[in-house]
Amino acid sequence: MPFIPHTPDDVSAMLAAIGASSIEDLFDEIPAGLKSGKLASVPEGESEMAVTRLLHERAAADGFWSNFIGAGVYEHHIPAAIWQVTTRGEFYSAYTPYQAEASQGTLQLIYEYQTMMTRLTGLDASNASLYDGASALAEAVLMAVRAHKGKSRRVLMPKTVHPTWRKVVVATVRNQGIEIAELDYDTATGRTVLPAEPGQFAGLVIPQPNFFGVLEDVHAMTDWAHTHGGLALATVNPTSLAVLEAPGQWGATGADICAGEGQPLGAPMASGGPYFGFMCCRQDFVRQMPGRIVGRTVDLDGKPGFALTLQAREQHIRRSKATSNICTNQGLVVTAAAQYLSLLGPEGLARVASASHANTKALADRLTAIAGVKRAFASPTFHEVVLQLDDKASDVLRALRAQGILGGYDLTAAYPELGNAILVCVTETKTAADLDRYAQQLERILSKRREAPPCAYKN
Amino acid sequence: MLIFDHSRPGRTATAQLPPESGSLDDLPAEFRRKAAPALPEVSELDVVRHYTRLSRKNFSIDTQFYPLGSCTMKYNPRACNSLAMLPQFLARHPSAPDETGQGFLSCMHELQEILKDVTGMAGVSMAPMAGAHGEFAGVAMIRAYHDARGDTARREIIVPDAAHGTNPATATMCGYSVKEIPTDANGAVDIEALKAAVGPQTAGLMLTNPSTLGVFETRIVEILKIVHEAGGLAYYDGANLNAILGKVRPGDMGFDVIHMNLHKTFSTPHGGGGPGAGPVGVAQRLLPHLPIPLVLNDNGFYRLATEADVPQSIGRMSANLGNAGVLMRAYIYARLLGREGMHRVAEYATLNANYLMAKLRNAGFELAYPERRASHEFIVTLKKLKDATGVTAMDFAKRLLDYGYHAPTTYFPLLVPECLLIEPTETESRETLDGFVDAMIAIKREAETNPDLVKGAPYTLPVRRLDDVKAARELDLAYKPAA
Repeated sequence: MPFIPHTPDDVSAMLAAIGASSIEDLFDEIPAGLKSGKLASVPEGESEMAVTRLLHERAAADGFWSNFIGAGVYEHHIPAAIWQVTTRGEFYSAYTPYQAEASQGTLQLIYEYQTMMTRLTGLDASNASLYDGASALAEAVLMAVRAHKGKSRRVLMPKTVHPTWRKVVVATVRNQGIEIAELDYDTATGRTVLPAEPGQFAGLVIPQPNFFGVLEDVHAMTDWAHTHGGLALATVNPTSLAVLEAPGQWGATGADICAGEGQPLGAPMASGGPYFGFMCCRQDFVRQMPGRIVGRTVDLDGKPGFALTLQAREQHIRRSKATSNICTNQGLVVTAAAQYLSLLGPEGLARVASASHANTKALADRLTAIAGVKRAFASPTFHEVVLQLDDKASDVLRALRAQGILGGYDLTAAYPELGNAILVCVTETKTAADLDRYAQQLERILSKRREAPPCAYKN
Repeated sequence: MLIFDHSRPGRTATAQLPPESGSLDDLPAEFRRKAAPALPEVSELDVVRHYTRLSRKNFSIDTQFYPLGSCTMKYNPRACNSLAMLPQFLARHPSAPDETGQGFLSCMHELQEILKDVTGMAGVSMAPMAGAHGEFAGVAMIRAYHDARGDTARREIIVPDAAHGTNPATATMCGYSVKEIPTDANGAVDIEALKAAVGPQTAGLMLTNPSTLGVFETRIVEILKIVHEAGGLAYYDGANLNAILGKVRPGDMGFDVIHMNLHKTFSTPHGGGGPGAGPVGVAQRLLPHLPIPLVLNDNGFYRLATEADVPQSIGRMSANLGNAGVLMRAYIYARLLGREGMHRVAEYATLNANYLMAKLRNAGFELAYPERRASHEFIVTLKKLKDATGVTAMDFAKRLLDYGYHAPTTYFPLLVPECLLIEPTETESRETLDGFVDAMIAIKREAETNPDLVKGAPYTLPVRRLDDVKAARELDLAYKPAA
């Protein structure tokens, strides 16, 4: 029996101790009519060897691709040590550190992670993580509404924030009577346009870089939010913080809350997760922050130790009045992130950021030299760039795919006003040869399609 | 010692540094960082040794019996991890087209079908990333259902007082108010109180079955009938699904919507507090509201459903397909267990719980519900011991740590004074359970003869009992070196 150690003798002895004659007797309180029959859709169990073979076949079917898609999830090198240590049973198979004395490993690690995140973001406090970047942004919006002194239930959301993240935010907050007002962007610069008459709002979301890779004027946006009585909610790519200004230093007094996607810090792309959302804030707002928080304290002998703290905010104490229904963090992925930030250090993270940026710039220069390809925006970008094609984006991406290249994220559905636009990302993992290959293939595809347009009747 | 204490200016894990390349001069100076973030400057060995040492300060399933009630701490098969981490799976970008992920998506689709079958629901979405996230999706669907029918006066969710705290917190997040109903002396929902509570304001009832008290709600069909007749929907909190996996299906009980905790029932790792996965299942009438993406099978081509496929969806819960890698581990677990293995989960989890309960009862421990069968877990109350000796459930739990056992859940559910909620799971052997009983007996004897010994526990762990009050009053949430 897979993962059940009982021998027939064990079962008989245990039933005797209980005073039952069969295992079925133990279910005698369940009305007979409710008992289910055989599970029709569950296949027969297989040995580990057979399942291994099956999964290897499926993995091989998916294969490897030369990936130039970013859009919130970034392909960075992950040091081998990280997941070897992270999947040690003591981390992998432990639970939420309720028994602090028996969980000092996880608790200290989270405290170190919180410290690293405050240093990256330039804010005072960090929680132990949330589910992912999109849901962390939704929680930041809820937090801003709780913390806002003017009791406004309106939050300003630039359209330059990841389109799916915006959907997640709306799905999360809409039942609480919170309005998400979207802000347009300038199609020449790719930067958010601040309205002249914003009305009252609890917070302004400020992405840096924004979904297009464009640098927003975060200083002006932060000050503008504060001038109008709202909180400044930063959402950032953590890798960029090695070289871009920390949200705590934005504008005159800094952003108030920062939330984002932690995936670039050691989590594999893995079709979407698990990743983790990070959240940091100024000291004034700590008690409004959702999720687990670890604090340092002392034990009975005065020796330093770590424990979950500020639990009075949480659902198991506050029930319907809690700051959020969240119980878990993404502990295991944060275990990886703390090691990633330690292994890279300030020097390594800056090199990852610079190399990604340099590679993106090099590729953008190569691609925009091709007839029919141009940059969409004139503004400075970091690590990612929007290119406009004079041909149908989905067809071009499909043709690149036939050459093993995932050429970028198709923006036409979310941003039809940009025409045939794709969002292209290059990280430090790509070589000059990879960039050459992309450029050569794109040039070939575009010129071939120009010379011999595909038949309109052929799909 | 913190990782920061190992830091020395200029030290690097050199093999991890990408070559220096390019300049950042095209980025305007005003947006550039002025001072580098103070991350640790350490060697690779420093990192590996520091975090390996930290890991050894944890209790875990791989190192200890971990009978934490309501958390289903069963063995996490290693193959689930190694196969979910095959390099092609890890390398796949979530926005890569479906054509490039047919292997991955076929696994996801099969898991979705397996989850439908074991829960008896008409549809499943695997978008939610944790149990509470699944609860949110479930209650949001209840609201979407009523709202779509113009039935907008329903603004109240009924929750038993024994419920997990996430239930009322979730109802609030969905814009509902919460009405609590009491539990009777046998640990069951008070039917008369339920009848009095339902009405035209009732949006739904959230229920865990077996309940958080470790007993099966025997009048479940009648309970759901009361809610349905009042026009409400019934939500199944899947926290205790391990107790009935392969035995009873929530859909057959009559529930309209459920969430599952795959990190419990499908043995994906708890990881020190996550990541989890909290798929939701629904009955026919809630199908239009399922969160996206779903995994669809179009004649053998697997693809992720979008807004166009599910126009009345409550929307998206995450930027991608939830915690995909956790779902993959659950799928592999399901393939290893198979149909017969699924049926055995509830059987042996229940056998172990009832055996442990019988042994502890014989050893003089008081059960909260002595007349009832245990489900996959049960409650011991130490009220009399506390009255006699001053030793609390918390003291008892801490002393168990000295004996090498992770403590059961303490002080939950809140209804039972000085309680220990004990869940052994099906993967533990009889000898392990016997060893735990011996430790419980020994600690009880210590409490009776030398209570101060138990009150001072633990003694053998990296730290002794921690000052939680200081932690909350003098907040130290991030390390600041002395100036």
